[in-house]
Parts: sequence; structure tokens; C-alpha cells
Amino acid sequence: MARSYFSQYLTIGLFLVVSVGLVMGTLQLARLLRPNVPSYEKYTTYESGIDPIGQGWAQTNVRYYIFALLFVVFDVEAVFLFPWAIVFERLGTQALIEMVIFIAILALALLYAVKKKVLDWL
Amino acid sequence: MFDITLATWQILVIKVLVILTVVPLGALVGGYAEHKVMAHLQHRLGPMYPGGWHGWATTLADGIKFLLKEDIIPAAADRKVFSFAPAAIMVPIIMTYLVIPIDRNLVIEDLDVGLFYLLAIGSLSTIGLLMAGWSSANKYALIGALRSAAQLIAYELPIVLAAAVVAMLAGSLSLIDIVEAQNFPFAVWPPGIGLVAFLLFTIGAVAEMTRVPFDMPVAESEIITGPFTEYSGMRYIFSHMFAEMGHMVAFGGIAATLFLGGYKPIVPLRILEFIPGVFWFAGKTMFMIFLFLWIRPTFPRVREDQLQKFAWKFLIPVGLVLILATGAWVLYV
Repeated sequence: MARSYFSQYLTIGLFLVVSVGLVMGTLQLARLLRPNVPSYEKYTTYESGIDPIGQGWAQTNVRYYIFALLFVVFDVEAVFLFPWAIVFERLGTQALIEMVIFIAILALALLYAVKKKVLDWL
Repeated sequence: MFDITLATWQILVIKVLVILTVVPLGALVGGYAEHKVMAHLQHRLGPMYPGGWHGWATTLADGIKFLLKEDIIPAAADRKVFSFAPAAIMVPIIMTYLVIPIDRNLVIEDLDVGLFYLLAIGSLSTIGLLMAGWSSANKYALIGALRSAAQLIAYELPIVLAAAVVAMLAGSLSLIDIVEAQNFPFAVWPPGIGLVAFLLFTIGAVAEMTRVPFDMPVAESEIITGPFTEYSGMRYIFSHMFAEMGHMVAFGGIAATLFLGGYKPIVPLRILEFIPGVFWFAGKTMFMIFLFLWIRPTFPRVREDQLQKFAWKFLIPVGLVLILATGAWVLYV
């Protein structure tokens, strides 16, 4: 089917509108149906039944930050990997060797993280 | 075929309607299957009363119940972000159904970059989870959201690598082309490579859905329901239950398309082609969903650090080696 490039994206746009409409529509429907009986206790922050101590917006472990950094390394890889995956068969051995070098560099980043022991918590 | 000619936009509307019926229906059936399959695996009966026959209306009753529940937004929460987070989680999941081919002609839009689109849209839910967790102003929610984000990005990578293997084997990113490239499903041919990619994808999918054994972000025995602790009523359904079920049906469909041959028969025999593609696709998707349900009562929950270690030290290196192995297979075998 010879469809133009933009008409495909028009479909995505249409589908986006419809799916947002589906979610928002259901929430609106619930608004019409549900009861609303406000009381002070209902609107306090949940902390296993006791009064909350301090704020919810607290400092937390920095370890998760490392994973975000590591992720960037490999997610950028994905951008290069997919175009290569489509055409490498035509380009032959040379393309495969280039990808070996590319992956080796990425593996080095992972190896560095392992050696730095950022993945060992206990 | 039928003797009816329809304009392109009419076909499009019909396709959108069909898919938008399939998604909630799939989620409902998935929810019921979860109750019953888990119960029977644990030698229980599960729900038996709602609807009469084997409790078939359980999930329907559940849905109506949640529709009638009061919607509570905590006073401390960031109201705007809090109320939009469920949509930010749910919409990307519905959007994945755009490119999954249910049959040769039954796909809303066969994008040239379908596989890439799936991966891109799939990772958007992480933002919704972070929104939910941070805006709740709740300690459990914050811990849960950070765990979710770390887990979702860590297990995104095995999925990306497994998908890249499929792209290399098929030589295309269009899901229709990928299905057409599978004479035998990729999970069995090429031997070994396909199976490992399939397992990488399945493990990654279970982790992306934050299901047992990778359900640390919503571990109920320590952080209640993680990012969704403060949610109630319909918002809870959209951010957690419906999202998980919708995710499960989507991942089942994606795995069926990428690795099990989609709408094509399992083996390329002429005799099997009388069965319509829709049934092949549905059967394979149900097999995948059963697999996801089977995993849940079988494995214990892993610890947060074990979860990260498993992804970074095992799955990702395996995926990288697999890419090179696939390259060698395609070029030299």
C-alpha cells in the first residue's frame, strides 16, 4: 500500500487523540457516577495508618542515578543499532567488524561500571 | 472478498474502533485469566460466583466497582501532576496497539519504523510512573517510583537488544515484514539465537510489567503499591491494574509477532492455512499471556540489587554477544 509518509503520522496523531479521549472520557464518566464525601482524614498522606512524619518530597538514595547514566550509554547505542541492523547484510563483513568495535566500546563502559562496583550494593 | 468499497478514512475508523474494542476486552479477559490461572496453579478455585458460570463476570464487576469509588487526591499532593499521571501511563500502552498486526490486513498502520515506534512509545510510561510517584508526596510512592524508573530503564535494554536481533534477521522494522520473514518462527529458527532472544524479550517484558518476580516497585509487603499508593478509584485502575493488563496483552502480542510468527501458522504447511490469521495470532498471544501468568505463582520476588545486577551483569552482556552472533549467522550461514 503506497501511503505517504505524513499520512502514517496523521494516523498516529488520530490514534493519540482517540486514546487520550478514551482515558479522559472514562475518568469523566467516573466523576459523574462516584460519590464525594470529603473528610479531613481522607486527605492526609498515607503512612501505614499513623500520622505522616516530615514531608513526602524527601531526599533519597543516589544509587538510582547511576542507572540513569548507564542507560544513556546503551540507549544512544539503540539509535545507531537499528539503522545498522537493516542494512548490514548488504554491506557485509566490514559492517559487522565495525559493529564489533562499537559494541566493544560500549562493553568497556559497562565493564568500568562493574569494576567501580556501582552495581554491587551489599 | 466483500463487494463493498470503502474510503481510506472509513477503513481507518473501523480499524481504530476494532482495536479500541480489543484493548479493554483483552484487559478484562486477561484480568479474569489472571484470577483463574493463578488459582488453579495454587490448587484453589478462584472466584466462582460473579456472573454464575465459574465467576466469569469477576473483572467486569471489579471494573464497575472501581468506577463507583470515590476519587481521593491527598491534600499534600501536586494536584495537576497527580491527576494526569494515570493518563501518562495508560496512553502510551494503548498507543502500542497501533502497529501490532492482528492479521495481514488488520493493523491500524503498518509503520516503516514499527519496531522502533514500539520501543520508543513503550518507554514513555516511565515518565508517568515518575509523575505519579513524585506528585503523591508520599515516601512509599517516591521509593516505588524510583525503583520503577531504575527497573524500567534497566530492562528496556534486553528488550531493545532482542528487538535488534529480530530486525537483523528480518532486515526490516515494519512488523508486517517481520512476520512475513518468518517461515519458521524466529523463536526456533535460527536455532539457539532465536530462542535466547525470545527469552531475553520475555524476561524483559515481565520486568517492564513490574510483575513477579520483578515486582519490587510495587512490593506490597514493604512499600504498599509503590507509586500508586495514594491512588483510588478509576485513576488507580488506569495507572495500575488496567495498565498492567493492557501491558500484558500488548507484550503478548508483540512477542507473538516478533518471535512466534504472528498471524502465520507455526509451521509453513499449506494444510494449516485454512485457519484464519486472527486465530493464529490470538492463540500465540494467549500462550504468551499464559506464560506471564504462569511465572507469577512460580518464582519468589527478587531483591532490588539482585534485580539490577541480573540486568546489567547478565542480560545485557548476553544481548550484546547475541547481536554479534546474529550478525555472523546472517552473513555467513
